[in-house]
Amino acid sequence: MAVSHALLGLLEESSRHGYDLKRSYDRRFGEVKPIRFGQIYRTLSQLERDGLVEVAGVEAGSGPDRKRYAITPEGVTDLDTWLHEPEEPRPHRQSVLFTKVVVALLSGRSAARFLDMQRGVHMDAMRTLTAARRGAATTQDALLADYQLFHLEADLRWIDHTETRLGALAEEVRDEPDPHG
Amino acid sequence: MSPILTGENLHRSFGPTPALRGASIAIDEGEIVAVMGPSGSGKSTLLHCLAGILVPDEGQVHFAGERIDNLPDRDRVELRRSDFGFVFQFGQLVPELPAVENIALPLLLAGRRRRHALAAAAAWLPRLGLDGLGDRMAGELSGGQSQRVAVGRALVAGPKVVFADEPTGSLDSVAADEVMDLLVDAARRQGASVLMVTHEARAAAYADRTVLVRDGVDALGAGAR
Repeated sequence: MAVSHALLGLLEESSRHGYDLKRSYDRRFGEVKPIRFGQIYRTLSQLERDGLVEVAGVEAGSGPDRKRYAITPEGVTDLDTWLHEPEEPRPHRQSVLFTKVVVALLSGRSAARFLDMQRGVHMDAMRTLTAARRGAATTQDALLADYQLFHLEADLRWIDHTETRLGALAEEVRDEPDPHG
Repeated sequence: MSPILTGENLHRSFGPTPALRGASIAIDEGEIVAVMGPSGSGKSTLLHCLAGILVPDEGQVHFAGERIDNLPDRDRVELRRSDFGFVFQFGQLVPELPAVENIALPLLLAGRRRRHALAAAAAWLPRLGLDGLGDRMAGELSGGQSQRVAVGRALVAGPKVVFADEPTGSLDSVAADEVMDLLVDAARRQGASVLMVTHEARAAAYADRTVLVRDGVDALGAGAR
């Protein structure tokens, strides 16, 4: 899971308290969704159980945030391995866009109309993201917007491509024998 | 706001092949509009008709309230020089001229004195990220640099409308972003409208809105507002 390795990465930079980790995490990775304290502490105890982090110091007082965590040599090795392994490519096998097109054709509704509307909504989202990217304060923010932009663009290419194949798809969908029919 | 440029019910065929079959579009002053559509949809023909490069078989084109499709050739050429700017897919610069002279071309053609035209063009170089490259022959520039020169050339004379036909079509995504940033920022600064034909959603996303052309008509009826 990426969160635990993100935390290991932050801890390799320097040992930190949970609160400090949350702030660093949110600044670097939390653009879309800030991490919850609960998840930070759950992940830290898991990492501690696995021997990848250790408590480097405990300050006086109460509350969960008095512990300062540091990465262990095993943690560094684990981070190394994670960064050297490519991720499994995970294209969306079957998106709701695909399903809607097929159901529209099956039911005799207009798939082309759906694709047109979807194209419009996708373009609106791309305009918003483009404005955000152009106004981004950091390269990191710009690249995060780019990541979303390129994925939306891929959807749009699929939409355009599918539109030209709707006739063939409609025939196929109609010709498929109904097992109960 | 009243539109600066409109095309109404435009028809245009090439021999027996219809390219436009009743397309309509309206562009406001200062508005940036992307025209998208599949290959052969008629989107480039639409741009050429609106820019006075092609004469439609039917329909009318108005610019700043005046009908322009029925003007004599010479007047349309003059209009293109005085009020329109152009960016094409492959720059279409004069390769044997230095970058700065390519930028200055519209001013020189308009009869501005050479010294003034070159000074005005040189002032564009830093804005275009081409500092120190003014003397470089256009033929020796990279694709991205050429397109940035083309953006300067399109805007140097202060046009009311810039027509851009696939301005990023031959560029990688980084160079394409640079060209689009420049085009949009410069047009906004000068209050120029932009009509851009593109098949790239990433470029179209810079526009205020997108018009989809399909089979020679404005597919969603969103072109003419």
